[in-house]
Amino acid sequence: MKGNEAIAEAAIRAGCRHYFGYPITPQTEVAAYMSKRMPKIGGTFLQAESEVAAINMVYGVSAAGKRVMTSSSSPGVSLKQEGISYLAGSDLPALIVNVQRGGPGLGGIQPSQSDYFQATKGGGHGDYHLIVLAPASVQEMADLTGLAFDLADKYRMPSMLLADGTMGQMMEPVELPDKEPEMIEKPWALTGTQMKREHNIVNSLYLDPEELERINFERYERYKKVAENETRYESYMMDDAEICIVAFGIAARVSKNAVNAARQKGVKAGLIRPITLWPFPEKPIAEAADKVKAFISVELSMGQMIEDVKLASSCKKPVYLCNRTGGMIPSFDQVLDAIMNAAGGDK
Amino acid sequence: MAVIFSKPKSLTDAPMHYCPGCTHGIIHRLVAQAIDDLGIEGRTVGVAPVGCAVFAYNYFACDMVEAAHGRAPAVATGLKRANPDNIVFTYQGDGDLASIGTAETVHSATRNENITIIFVNNAIYGMTGGQMAPTSLPGQVTQTSPYGRDTNTVGFPVRVCEMLATLDGPEYVARVAVNNVKNVNQARRAIKKAFENQINGKGFSLIEVVSSCPTNWGMSPQDALKWVDEKMIPYYPLGVFKDRSAAKEGK
Repeated sequence: MKGNEAIAEAAIRAGCRHYFGYPITPQTEVAAYMSKRMPKIGGTFLQAESEVAAINMVYGVSAAGKRVMTSSSSPGVSLKQEGISYLAGSDLPALIVNVQRGGPGLGGIQPSQSDYFQATKGGGHGDYHLIVLAPASVQEMADLTGLAFDLADKYRMPSMLLADGTMGQMMEPVELPDKEPEMIEKPWALTGTQMKREHNIVNSLYLDPEELERINFERYERYKKVAENETRYESYMMDDAEICIVAFGIAARVSKNAVNAARQKGVKAGLIRPITLWPFPEKPIAEAADKVKAFISVELSMGQMIEDVKLASSCKKPVYLCNRTGGMIPSFDQVLDAIMNAAGGDK
Repeated sequence: MAVIFSKPKSLTDAPMHYCPGCTHGIIHRLVAQAIDDLGIEGRTVGVAPVGCAVFAYNYFACDMVEAAHGRAPAVATGLKRANPDNIVFTYQGDGDLASIGTAETVHSATRNENITIIFVNNAIYGMTGGQMAPTSLPGQVTQTSPYGRDTNTVGFPVRVCEMLATLDGPEYVARVAVNNVKNVNQARRAIKKAFENQINGKGFSLIEVVSSCPTNWGMSPQDALKWVDEKMIPYYPLGVFKDRSAAKEGK
């Protein structure tokens, strides 16, 4: 199954019956899949007039208490930022999929990870975060899609699946969940009062600064819980590692092979692969900072996650960047060279 | 004592923030009356705009959501698709609907989305202090057109009803005013019909209400209503611009 199709099918199995999108490469398979399936299962597929409209349709469905998603690629996700900020400000759950391509501007259509800042630091205006999940296989495209819906509902915040063009186009075997998703009650949803309760209001406007401050503080208390409970990562060969690679998505797959090769050459390399980019796995990196000689951040960007690696490691050890950008992918040789260079001091 | 006139049940008791002489109060009342008359308060969800009516979510007693500027028809689309049994309306001003939200307006109309839009046209951005609107009249002096709207440099006002009536999609498009009793009664009927259309599954209805803004027009409430008659209505003629069901029935 193609990565993009795995997202779509996993979303349907997670109980999502509403999809809104706008055509953009390289994620069109998600919309194409939804346009075939949704009418057959009583769901909504709607090609919106713009990315801006699509995310606001998402806002409407979410306010009505239903699971809903949109998908796009980098330039389209930039257009959605207004709506994403409103979702966050109104405490509405939703899934936004970004199958990243090279930028800035119209950029290119080849894979990229250069929307890391946008995804993990908020993206739109105001104080907020998204739960950001980074799949590194088609299986994870499916698994993390389901998880993204669950976490969004649980914590009443939007979540983002941050994939890239490779993940979207890659074909791998995938096992899809076949049990009914668990839906939580949403007493805040706008379903009509039925003249049985006070009216519900979904809103992000607070003209009283003290009230807005209080609400932002409360939201960040919730974010703290997300960080405590939901931080996810994979640790590979880290027990005795001297060189620690930090990489996610396609970069982590290349890096894992390079770690194996470095070990064969006698260099103790390891890999920390963040699965949640926000919350970022600070703890394992902080612990590694006391043991390893150096970190290498492998990225498909000019170096964005490297800032979080430096922060998490308190710059106790050197943090090197191994990167390609603009739609290029770091090669196995490039990552292996970076490991050997970082280890070089001892040889 | 017999009660012969009372507040619609679909309005809350929250004191409104509108300026003296503003017609938003009348239009809120007409919308609430239609909701009361049709007995749909319990299943209605309203979408508030950005602009003077931003706090509409405090005034209508039904479930309410506050949309980003211009996005109310997209939010309404989501609400309606999620729960088709709900009655969904938006309440928007001219900057919201005819400038920043033009695409959402046109495309929800062309999809014949089964929603009701109340479009309040007072030819000015009220909430931000009186800037030129997409519907400001040629020559109209505003904060951002201090020498009068110059059609050579900023173009002409947008006539929303006439524009939408060219589309095959929408069910019902009408323009009304609330500057005198006769017009208010006509507006009441049009707004009720716009909700009835949705209840009957007929699709997209938009009611443009030509409105006044004494504060930002720099006029007394009486002069503002006169200006509606003498300047606004000649540029924005009242009437039904599209009524697909009536046309089909040969009415």
